[in-house]
Amino acid sequence: MGSRGVGQVRELFTDARLVATRDLRIEARSRVLLNQVAPFALLVLVLFGFALDADQRTLRTFAPGLFWVTVLLAALLAVQRSASIEHADDAHTGLRLSGMAAASVFLGKAAAVFVQLIVLEILLTVGIVVLYGSEVDDPALLALTAVAAAVGVATTGTLYGALASGLGARETLLPILLLPVLAPVLIGATRSFDDALGAAAVDGWAWLGLLAVFGLVATVLGALAHGAMIED
Amino acid sequence: MSVVELRGAVALLGRFPALAGIDLSVEAGETVLIQGPNGAGKTTLLRLCAGLLRPTAGDVVVLGHDLTTERRAVRRRVALLGHSTGLYGDLTVAENISFWARAAGLSGADAESRAATAAGLMGLDQRLLSRTVNVLSAGQRRRTSIAALAVRRPELWLLDEPHAGLDQAGRNAVDSLISEAVGAGATVLVSSHELERVRSLSPRVVTVAAGMVVADSSSGDSATEGDGEQGGGPGA
Amino acid sequence: MADSTTSTGSPGSRLLGLTTLVGLAGLLLFAFVFTEPDVRLHPTTGEEFGQFDAVRLLYLHVPMAVLTYVAFLTCAVASAGYLLKRGAWWDVTAHASAEVGTVCCGLVLVTGSIWGRPVWNTWWEWGDVRLMTTLVLFLLFTGYLALRRTPAEPQRQARRAAIVALVAVVDIPLVNRSVEWWENRTLHQQSTLAELKIEDLTLFTLMLGFVVFGLVFAWLMLHRFRVGWLEHAQAGHEVALAIAERHAEMETLDVDAAIGQTGGGK
Repeated sequence: MGSRGVGQVRELFTDARLVATRDLRIEARSRVLLNQVAPFALLVLVLFGFALDADQRTLRTFAPGLFWVTVLLAALLAVQRSASIEHADDAHTGLRLSGMAAASVFLGKAAAVFVQLIVLEILLTVGIVVLYGSEVDDPALLALTAVAAAVGVATTGTLYGALASGLGARETLLPILLLPVLAPVLIGATRSFDDALGAAAVDGWAWLGLLAVFGLVATVLGALAHGAMIED
Repeated sequence: MSVVELRGAVALLGRFPALAGIDLSVEAGETVLIQGPNGAGKTTLLRLCAGLLRPTAGDVVVLGHDLTTERRAVRRRVALLGHSTGLYGDLTVAENISFWARAAGLSGADAESRAATAAGLMGLDQRLLSRTVNVLSAGQRRRTSIAALAVRRPELWLLDEPHAGLDQAGRNAVDSLISEAVGAGATVLVSSHELERVRSLSPRVVTVAAGMVVADSSSGDSATEGDGEQGGGPGA
Repeated sequence: MADSTTSTGSPGSRLLGLTTLVGLAGLLLFAFVFTEPDVRLHPTTGEEFGQFDAVRLLYLHVPMAVLTYVAFLTCAVASAGYLLKRGAWWDVTAHASAEVGTVCCGLVLVTGSIWGRPVWNTWWEWGDVRLMTTLVLFLLFTGYLALRRTPAEPQRQARRAAIVALVAVVDIPLVNRSVEWWENRTLHQQSTLAELKIEDLTLFTLMLGFVVFGLVFAWLMLHRFRVGWLEHAQAGHEVALAIAERHAEMETLDVDAAIGQTGGGK
């Protein structure tokens, strides 16, 4: 029983890696994230600049919040793209029949979205430093927050992306399902960035703890729920 | 031993009973042609046998597993070729076949050698293997799709109009794939409008209409009077 | 079932409805006639202060807030039940409680806002833990109901909805925690129950509010559940009819002509 359990866990991660590398290879070929989602995210940063009257002090104060709102908007696109890979030609049916565990598919797809979000966050960090004049006070906190929040967004997003796909109004349904669930991530990551960017005096590390809890809960719940959703 | 055993099976698409109480028994190693008019329920029948649908009534036993409760158990042992190809457009033919081999639990060298064999069987040459699926013709995609299923060496093949969209060479490749699978002990259910072609492979013809079996050449009788005579005639 | 039942009413539910109406009338009397407005005199200056008539919202707002949580917890339990047992009963219960809960939740937000204006001098307080948590809860279940309204295969729909409900309920403590840390301020605790000098009659009226709105809630749940159950039965009935129709189809169908049997034989 014990060795069988270990074998299953190994298979879970082997399969997850297979799915993740496939999604990333597809991204490397199609460049949807790099050619469409990333420019969109930078555009949103610029739009915030227009909307807030290009006052650099205001922008620097609100940079953490604007950063994370932008990440969430871009994440919606990344998640939709990730779900459409499976649904474009009914590959998800093949995955169901392949006998691969639903949790593996979930973890693999979430990992691929995670990697893409990290790339996006790096670009956006450069964006707020250049455009808004933000200064990084605490690089470790900044990096860890970016990672923890990306885990939460990628896992929740992958679950809801799969959930909304195959439904008629998925483009409009996904945001109203996903964004309220991510409210704690938005609040937590923004406050943590407030600390890391020196925009406000708060304890960013406590917020990082909350983000880590969210990421952990979302990963476990997502892996379980994904199975319940596609296996009937 | 029966590989497929359906008794009074009902399957719904939404609220529409695509299968309205179907009876069918298929023995191991048989090749069965499923024929019937459009909308008869052929595709749903194959999807039901693959464990993609939950039967709402009746018994569905495939490879010894009751699909009302254990649909997952038949995965990996069954291959379903549906209307969509189930391929990833941005990956090459070789990458697609290799992905599906690994997804079915094959590892490393095993996956690669089986992928090469399957590609060869479906007439996919080196030039094609390195192309992305996006640039392929419909027929070439279909071949890739079949090759990606063949790597698993399934015990039960469920082929939904496998000849559709293929050229002569492709059709021949499908036929040899079917005979090879049967030779290796697999069971095959084929739905097709290519009656003559499939009949040369399969002595047994099952006619489906309105979600039920109306004639079965193996039993010689039929559910509705008159059809049995004609349904069994040309196949015999 | 679908043939015989044409209404969601029954003698029991009518009695419940009648009791509820009587209770509502009684509550109105207590809330607007027998209880006094909240007027206090400043000990030194002798000026009048307090919540005045606005305090009467207490009898609606607080029971609704409690019932919102009751409804969403019911929804979560029923959703978990559905995922484990796969029975339609669980699904219909989850849907009914989510709908009734969303109505209650909306009322909590609206009455809270109306109450906040005279008492806190603001319609909306960003950073108030309960207010923000309730708002996110409302948004989460608005999404749930939107998902419910998209056309899909019933069992798939039920499964997806159950997952969304469970995720929402797991999310709520995290939302609550994050808002609490976020601004760490609330107008709620100090200003409502603790600060009010709750007299016996006020307390009694509040309790009556709980009972009466509990009855309203039960009545709504009962009828919403029955609507869902009738829809479910109707669907089953339609399927049975459709199966019979398909069997009848056989009689008229010319299978051979459709598949080209006779013409294409040789």
